[in-house]
Parts: sequence; structure tokens; C-alpha cells
Amino acid sequence: MKNKTRNDIILAGILLLLAAAGFLLFTMLKSEGDIAAVIIDGKEVSRYPLDAELKTVITTESGVNTLVIKDGVVYISEADCPDGICVDHAPIKHVGETIVCLPHKLVIKIESKKTEMSLDAAA
Amino acid sequence: MRTKKLTSLALVSALALMLSYVEFLLPPIYAAVPGIKVGLPNIVILFVLYKYGVKEAAAVSGVRMLLSTLFFGNPVMLIYSLAGAALSLAFMCLFKRINLFSEVGVSIIGGVMHNLGQILVAMVLLETAEIAYYMLVLAISGTLAGVFIGIAGALLMKQFNKC
Repeated sequence: MKNKTRNDIILAGILLLLAAAGFLLFTMLKSEGDIAAVIIDGKEVSRYPLDAELKTVITTESGVNTLVIKDGVVYISEADCPDGICVDHAPIKHVGETIVCLPHKLVIKIESKKTEMSLDAAA
Repeated sequence: MRTKKLTSLALVSALALMLSYVEFLLPPIYAAVPGIKVGLPNIVILFVLYKYGVKEAAAVSGVRMLLSTLFFGNPVMLIYSLAGAALSLAFMCLFKRINLFSEVGVSIIGGVMHNLGQILVAMVLLETAEIAYYMLVLAISGTLAGVFIGIAGALLMKQFNKC
């Protein structure tokens, strides 16, 4: 019984350590992006620069989400999805960060022009 | 004996459904990352897994999922719940069988695998690999939730065996 409790603690420790290591990696790789890509059902439908203010309504098959870009951050101000998780989501601005609206199959993703260009240059 | 088992399983299914409802009523713990939950119904699943077995636990879990989706979920989320619950139960069964962990350890792996299953489905359905970073937060919350559920489940089993 004692051994099992010890193993439980080791298991929890390993999982927490893995997560912490992942976090460290992510914050080290994090850089501010400059493009918000709108992806509906896996297909990219539009891209907006982060340096211009914008308020636009995205219409998907299942409903509408209002996308706002202001002061370099992106967030969803309104949506008619049942859970409203996308509206509650904190504003995003770093490369790779996403706001996901599962009911509408909508993903807003931050990308960077620079990394894309350097990738193109490399290829 | 068969009737008794059937009745017991029906009873705990209803209990799991109630716990889903209680959890549904709770406000989101941390809205920035959806999916952070205590996973109250897992107390029941853990109990059934130990008291009866993996088949019975899968049945109760499936009934709970279908009913909670019908009552207060939304159909799109069913596939997420299904993937999470299936992966979670598979790993809990495995961890119980290797006999190295107590109820708490089994419940921890159950919590984390539930989150992992949902993230994997989201990655496939949305064709976005980036949401994998949610998993970092979910690994922590899943572990903590697993500790809580494991302790609650172990207490429940102890009391139940006394009766």
C-alpha cells in the first residue's frame, strides 16, 4: 500500500515535470506575430494584419463570430455558438496562439510574416 | 444477483449523470483554456471499475455521456467526450491491472488521458496542431483533478465496503 502511494506521487511528479518543461520550451520560443489567420473547417479563408484595427463578422456554416483586432491583439467579441468559449478566451498575439470555436469549426491563429519568409527563403 | 447488479449499475449511472449536471452548473475554472474540469463523474467510473470491471465501467460511462449530451450538452461535443472517456478508461484499466498504483494514481492517469483524447480529436477535426499547447495546461489540471477524484473515489469505496 505504501509503495503504491509512492508510485502515485512519482506519476504525478513526472506529469507535472513534463508540463513544466513544455511550458518553458513554449515561452522560450514565443514571439509576437503579425498576422491573424482565420481557418474554417481546416481551410484558411482570410488573413488580417495585426497592426490595423479591425472588427469583422466571420460567417461559418454553423453561425457567426465577431473578430476584433485592436492594439495588436486578437479576440472574439461576440458569437452565437452555444458555449461561448471563444468569447471568454483571453486575447492572443503570440505566434502559434489560437482561439478555437469548436461548435463553428473555427480557428483563429496567429502567424508571423518573418518566419514564413525565412522558411520560403530556406526552401 | 443479476438483477442486483443491473439495478446497482443503473443507480450509479444516474449518479454519474447528476454529477455531470453539477459540473455543468459550475462556472469555468479558467476560461482561457477550455477543458479544465474536475471530472466529477469520474468518481463513479472509478468506483465501477474497481467494484465491477472495465466492461461495466464502459457501459456506465457511455450511458452517462449519451444522456448528458441529450440533456445539457451539444452534439458536436459528443465525439470529444467519447474520445476522452475511451482513452481515459483504457489507461485506467491498464494502470489498475499493472497493480503499481493506488486508486489515486489510476485516477490521475484517467484525468490526464481524458484531456489528451479530447485534444487529439480537436487536432484531427480542426486540422490544427497548434492547440497541442493546451495540453500543457491540461496535463497539470488533469493531474490535480485526478488526485482529487482518486481520493474521493478511494474514500467512497472504503465506506461502501463497510456497509
